[in-house]
Amino acid sequence: MKKYNLDLKILSVERLSATHVVLKLTSPDPLPPMVPGQFVELLVDHSSTTFLRRPISINFVDIAANELWLLIAAVGDGTRRLSSLLPGDTVNCIFPLGNGFTMPANPSSRVLLVGGGVGVAPLLYFGKALQEAHHHATFLLGARSAKDLLELDLFNKYGRVYVTTEDGSQGEKGFVTDHSLLQSERFDQISTCGPKPMMVSVARYALEKGIFCEASLENKMACGVGACLCCVEKTVEGNQCVCKEGPVFNVKDLLWHV
Amino acid sequence: MARLNVDIKDLRLKNPVLTASGTFGYGLEFADFVPLDELGGIIVKGTTLAPREGNDYPRMAETPMGMLNCVGLQNKGVDFFCESIYPQIKEIRTNMIVNVSGSSPENYAACAERIATLDRIPAIELNISCPNVKDGGMAFGVTCQGAASVVSAVRKVYPKTLIVKLSPNVTNIADIARACEAEGADSVSLINTLMGMAVDIEKRQPLLSIRTGGLSGPAVKPVALRMVYDVAHAVKIPVIGLGGISNATDALEFMMCGATAIEIGTANFIDPSVTMKVIREMNAWLDRHGVRDVREIIGVIA
Repeated sequence: MKKYNLDLKILSVERLSATHVVLKLTSPDPLPPMVPGQFVELLVDHSSTTFLRRPISINFVDIAANELWLLIAAVGDGTRRLSSLLPGDTVNCIFPLGNGFTMPANPSSRVLLVGGGVGVAPLLYFGKALQEAHHHATFLLGARSAKDLLELDLFNKYGRVYVTTEDGSQGEKGFVTDHSLLQSERFDQISTCGPKPMMVSVARYALEKGIFCEASLENKMACGVGACLCCVEKTVEGNQCVCKEGPVFNVKDLLWHV
Repeated sequence: MARLNVDIKDLRLKNPVLTASGTFGYGLEFADFVPLDELGGIIVKGTTLAPREGNDYPRMAETPMGMLNCVGLQNKGVDFFCESIYPQIKEIRTNMIVNVSGSSPENYAACAERIATLDRIPAIELNISCPNVKDGGMAFGVTCQGAASVVSAVRKVYPKTLIVKLSPNVTNIADIARACEAEGADSVSLINTLMGMAVDIEKRQPLLSIRTGGLSGPAVKPVALRMVYDVAHAVKIPVIGLGGISNATDALEFMMCGATAIEIGTANFIDPSVTMKVIREMNAWLDRHGVRDVREIIGVIA
């Protein structure tokens, strides 16, 4: 897919929690095609400590409104600066980067989307694409506490939503892989994004059950286009760039100790 | 519109702007952002005789106005380059230059000899300065004798333009440059990355898998500039300057200090189109100052 280097304008900023915002971006021209699972490299201006771009996954694309949504967790200087942008500001974006999630080959597939923390971000856009293709999305979303669960109202539009929290403040108490849903239902495909220990557990479940499973990784990266070879992950094909060969990988190809 | 072309021995550059090895892939990765034919040249990823997996992740740490990397020359080897990469890049209408690395004078030479057979590769850049590999790399670039041994071995088998990329992690870089010139190098490029470290204080561990890495980006520019100035005054062969160049002002500084051409590296990660901006703005500066030929500004600082 052709990549673009564009200044996008911020239409609105929605604060989801103390540390999470959704930036809604637009452009005077129609936004380029983007698939669920791809990401954007954002330039952080006017900082002496944040030198590199920040890779942020595509949360949602509203084609009719010509909007690109990015869900950002303010974890360091760069993401804090991005989180404090205001409507009317512009942000330079290189996108769309990387490869997206695989759309199921069989009609009416039952797809489980497992997200943890800010890792839920790319699953929203994938859920929409699955619904449009007449598949059945089920979301299993985990967080530390009820206040950390993000965009539940939106996920509800595209499929059934199940929740776990580590403190039991909403949904079942524990980790996503402890959820009773995994014992009571069978899925044709699993997509996961979130903390690595969570994705490893999801991969273990999928491999045990023989279910096709993809994970979206977020290794530290610089260029975003496969040039610097910094964000590598060990795979059956040797070291591969998360930015170019990923960020979505079939878990069978990863040399994880599941 | 000033005249921008410069020569590195027999290598004719349509402008002085090259891309630094390891920061621009094989050029193809940047084709959506840069009209590749308009570059002075593209120096592709470090290539070794045998494939290398490189170092473990994490290989990169962001630092103030720069970054550390310890990639460790990950590449699929010279055979893969010749058979699978070369056919994809040979039609790019600019100078495609291969960065060659190794672990002994013999395997540097063997790799260079393979590259010499490729019609559309008019030059190599010999990497005797990679700080991230144990076997070879920088080991050759930190002594005059080591540098001379590699340049001499490669010069015997490589008839085209031979550029040698120097390490800044030395006591006197001008001495190393003289040793390369004496063995028949056609040009020297400098600087490779400066060795550095960064620590995660919460984990009480280095941020890089092999502890140390090479520092690049604007943070190194003043150091690089001083070294280019020193080397340009020590050798007669053309000098190629690099180290933190991010705009035309930086590029012109290096040229005024004696660089015939420049390489842009880490800045490609921040702005993938930066090379075109540098060429355009260099041109505009020359026009504004009534300079008809970019060569008039090379080494104006005595």
